[in-house]
Amino acid sequence: MNIWIAIGLTAAGCYLVKLVGLLVPEGALERPLVQRLSALLPVALLAALTAQQTFSLNGALVVDARGAGVAAAALALILRAPFLVVVGAAVLVTAGVRALGG
Amino acid sequence: MTDQTASAPGSPALGADPAVPEPKPDRAVVRDALGVGIAVGLSGFAFGVTSAGAGLTVLQTCALSLLVFTGASQFALVGALAAGGNPLTAAAGAFFLGVRNAFYGLRLSQLLRLPAFVRPFAAQWVIDETTAVALAQPTRRSARIGFTVTGLTLYVLWNLTTLAGALGAEALGDTDAWGLDAAGPAVFLALLAPMLRTATERTVAGVAVVLGLGFLPVLPAGVPVLVAALAAPAVLYVQGGRGVRGGRGRGKEAKR
Repeated sequence: MNIWIAIGLTAAGCYLVKLVGLLVPEGALERPLVQRLSALLPVALLAALTAQQTFSLNGALVVDARGAGVAAAALALILRAPFLVVVGAAVLVTAGVRALGG
Repeated sequence: MTDQTASAPGSPALGADPAVPEPKPDRAVVRDALGVGIAVGLSGFAFGVTSAGAGLTVLQTCALSLLVFTGASQFALVGALAAGGNPLTAAAGAFFLGVRNAFYGLRLSQLLRLPAFVRPFAAQWVIDETTAVALAQPTRRSARIGFTVTGLTLYVLWNLTTLAGALGAEALGDTDAWGLDAAGPAVFLALLAPMLRTATERTVAGVAVVLGLGFLPVLPAGVPVLVAALAAPAVLYVQGGRGVRGGRGRGKEAKR
């Protein structure tokens, strides 16, 4: 039940912000500070989430095969690989390291 | 409004005189849009597997892709729930990640000039990829085609592959053995990388990583990400305090 509450809130919230962007009159979101924050907020969230999902397990910090996988994804990004290749590299390298007992 | 969306496909067309946009063949627009839509749409499989692996049912997983339809928020919600976060903080983190779509919508509404009755439907497709493709187009016609084709392809494929992934998760057995738990962070990294253009953005990212990992062992699940979000206003505040005016000379004199 709790999960459905989270899904409902997320779905409603995410749809509303999309709609607001399309409906809001020009200018309302044009204040420089609002624009700066809106550009930087995703940066902060994505960086924190990337780090957490790479280095945490059940609320504790751990270093495991995911670290190698995400490093491979970073390398693929530097080489300008397409999106699917980036994700694929992370998955394959993580699986490979685990298969080798890492 | 005029920053270059360098990563978007088909940008060579922008090399022409920006004042007189050269029309781009519809076929070329459709090809670019399909490329993005298919590549990203297929990664719904990773979401389906991740979500099912996190303990959500197939129905819940599919509801997320159908109703939320913004990948980063979906991965974030599922990750937070899997880590034992309460539904409110999990949804808050996912919501904050979705806020950027409001700014995409603002730019798209100027660019596409959609009729009022279309907007509530188009809104669901306002995401990173449709915006990138639409903004890369030289004319309104091709922007509309790019938005529609990318949105439709991505929405259909993302939902089909989500279902396939959620159903397949069981057949795969231990999804971690397949390395699929690395898909979530890899998706986040791929979305983050093009945003790290200036020192400010890199500083925010660095501070957020330190906050997110530092508070992880001591705060309830989901909360450290919200704390890490504070890196954005904090870095802006510190910069403002150092007297960075942005070189525009407005603000102070705006009163008159």
